[in-house]
Amino acid sequence: MYRYDPYDQKIVDERVAQFRDQTRRYLAGELTDDEFRPLRLQNGLYIQRHAPMLRVAVPYGLLSSTQVRKLAHIARTHDKGYAHITTRQNVQFNWPELKVVPEILAELAQVQMHAIQTSGACIRNITSDPFAGVAGDEYIDPRPWCEVLRQWSTFHPEFAFLPRKFKIAVNGADQDRAVIQCHDIGLELKRNAAGEIGFRVLVGGGMGRTPIIGEEINDFVPWQHIITYNEAILRVYNRYGRRDNLYKARIKILVKALGVAEFKRQVEEEWAFGKDGANTLTEAEVARVAAHFTTPAYEALPGEDAGYASQRAANTAFAAWTRRNVLAHKVPGYAIVVLSLKNPATAPGDITAEQLDLVAEWADAYSFGEVRATHEQNLVLADVKQADLFALWEKARATGLATPTFGLLTDIICCPGGDFCALANAKSIPIANAIQARFDDLDYLYDIGDIELNISGCMNSCGHHHVGHIGILGVDKNGEEWYQVSLGGAQGNHTSIGKVIGRSFAAAEMPDVISKIIDVYRAQRQDGERFIDTVRRTGLDPFKLGVYGEAAIIERKQHA
Amino acid sequence: MPKLIKNGRVIDDAAEILVLDEVQGPEALNLPDGPVFVPLAVWQAHKGALSGRAGLGVWLDSSESVDDLEGDLDSIGAIALNFPKFTDGRAYSSAALLRSRYAYTGEIRAIGDVLRDQFFFMQRCGFDAIQPKAGKYSDAQLEEALASLKDFSTPYQAAIDQPEPLFRRAQRAA
Ligand code: HEM
Ligand code: SF4
Repeated sequence: MYRYDPYDQKIVDERVAQFRDQTRRYLAGELTDDEFRPLRLQNGLYIQRHAPMLRVAVPYGLLSSTQVRKLAHIARTHDKGYAHITTRQNVQFNWPELKVVPEILAELAQVQMHAIQTSGACIRNITSDPFAGVAGDEYIDPRPWCEVLRQWSTFHPEFAFLPRKFKIAVNGADQDRAVIQCHDIGLELKRNAAGEIGFRVLVGGGMGRTPIIGEEINDFVPWQHIITYNEAILRVYNRYGRRDNLYKARIKILVKALGVAEFKRQVEEEWAFGKDGANTLTEAEVARVAAHFTTPAYEALPGEDAGYASQRAANTAFAAWTRRNVLAHKVPGYAIVVLSLKNPATAPGDITAEQLDLVAEWADAYSFGEVRATHEQNLVLADVKQADLFALWEKARATGLATPTFGLLTDIICCPGGDFCALANAKSIPIANAIQARFDDLDYLYDIGDIELNISGCMNSCGHHHVGHIGILGVDKNGEEWYQVSLGGAQGNHTSIGKVIGRSFAAAEMPDVISKIIDVYRAQRQDGERFIDTVRRTGLDPFKLGVYGEAAIIERKQHA
Repeated sequence: MPKLIKNGRVIDDAAEILVLDEVQGPEALNLPDGPVFVPLAVWQAHKGALSGRAGLGVWLDSSESVDDLEGDLDSIGAIALNFPKFTDGRAYSSAALLRSRYAYTGEIRAIGDVLRDQFFFMQRCGFDAIQPKAGKYSDAQLEEALASLKDFSTPYQAAIDQPEPLFRRAQRAA
């Protein structure tokens, strides 16, 4: 993974000093709340229900074991002993005290970490494929490109006060695992007919209050020009994006207002000036950065480890785990392991300091010292030998990190919701846990198969409910917490926005509602059909019928 | 006398910033004697009379476009860009455009809600004069605030103050 050189280190160290002084001036009354707010946000610091919440950047989800140990240390010393993995591959602490935040940042800087631009109206942490470099369907490793863009966007002087937040995601494989269609800029690495590397560029995707799928504005920007092309997009957005209404300030609104053709015209007119300028990437720079992402020292191994096969045969629990949480690796004899953070006893995405320390230990022992965070709020050890899987599983199981449900109904994406977030309409964690408690039978979960259930506590969509096959959204009805259900959303190559099925539900009804939806699916599905395929084929009607009953449907039709 | 930061130092500055209101619209031309920044609308209404006037500057609000000054830039000695709120970042693009596309070499001044924690970004985008609101900082605080111009010593990306990105300036080891 990328390791800082003295230049990178200096920037992060200077940031710590800068923020230390800003915090000092704020606490001394020299900076007003309004003046300090954007400064702290650009350092990932929100003021929430209980305390400030600190979001630490995990560039494109990559962590070294040393960094994981540092996170464990921070969780233990400055928080209540745990951390939270976010839907943008970052790490959040829910309980740090404002006055110790500069200290935390200084500690993070020791391990080449920071909280730069993890919030605020600026270019945010760039996200990517958690299986980058190890997935069989990868065309081009996105990590060096993410790092190049990370450096370009860090403290970009022109784009520090955009109309609104700005999120970029990069994918380089057949399957999109970075939700590129729901980002302000989605970049898909590809090769042209001549074999040269470039990017397909999507703009104007996003979730939130107005979910929109990004549209293509260029089908191939050669790699040399990706910075200047991004700068052209950002300059048009910075100049013309709406600033009068927070809810209409994202780039997606500008793209819709202008139409994608006109937006593209403006971008390319702008680009004509910046193209071939100093920010044009050089082969030397790309090679320098790419050298940090070399293939680890894989051993030459057989494609199927004999011991692994017999361990699976002998132990059904292990076999169950490997069936879901162990994925094919492009190198023979190796596997990708998903360490699930969806233990029904804890909040989705939460991990304790002790678990973090253990994960770091396993990373060192089994996976070249690296860990990845996923936007589905799990952790990944990307390079584990098949022969080591059983030992790893036993250890993970002992500490609750081997929930064998990756990609199943209970592998829920869930925002912090009303338990932590001041913007929430409703709690989300208890809903996730109640659904996990209802669906605790593994055979049944396996029978249901691949499905994504996402929960957000309000329209801001931090829990990606719009793109959940089943989406749950917390809504406020006269001060009470209610939940709206949508179906048919999806991430990936066939991204779609879910549709609401009808009136919302009380918290206590939610497990039943999900059961009814699953019953409809099981009754309706045809051979090999996944949940989302069935919803797409049948439409919502059978599901509405299953959930609300005949009477409710008839009544609604009469009112219509 | 009001102070501002020019090329990294605190200096006195007497320029007035003319603001239009119900009494003074762009049609009338009641200018003070000394140096003055007139609004874009006044400039556009009185270009002929104002061109080349000593101490004349034009100021633009964040919603106004520097593209409208194309062709006039040789006759304008200084341009001020207003930050109605410090979180309105349009003036960064305006300054960068003036310096790069329009090759403007006169003074570019940041006015309005100008705070020390943004000095670094302003300087990088081509502002050579930075003027916090009168009374925002004491003289001593303004001197202290000069430190913010140096928050980061080696930025990554190309900008106006440093037209080469780090990867072209420095030999970085892999
Ligand atoms: C607890 C404090 C949090 C606050 C105050 C907060 C606030 C917001 C707001 C206001 C938006 C909507 C932005 C817009 O539509 O322009 C948003 C979107 C989002 N947030 Fe959060 N959030 C919080 C925590 C989180 C967490 C914990 C995650 C990850 C688990 C997260 C991930 C996201 C994502 C993925 C989006 C959707 C991006 C999009 O609209 O395209 N946020 N958040
Ligand atoms: S979706 Fe709403 S409730 Fe959930 S974390 Fe985001 S802002 Fe808070």
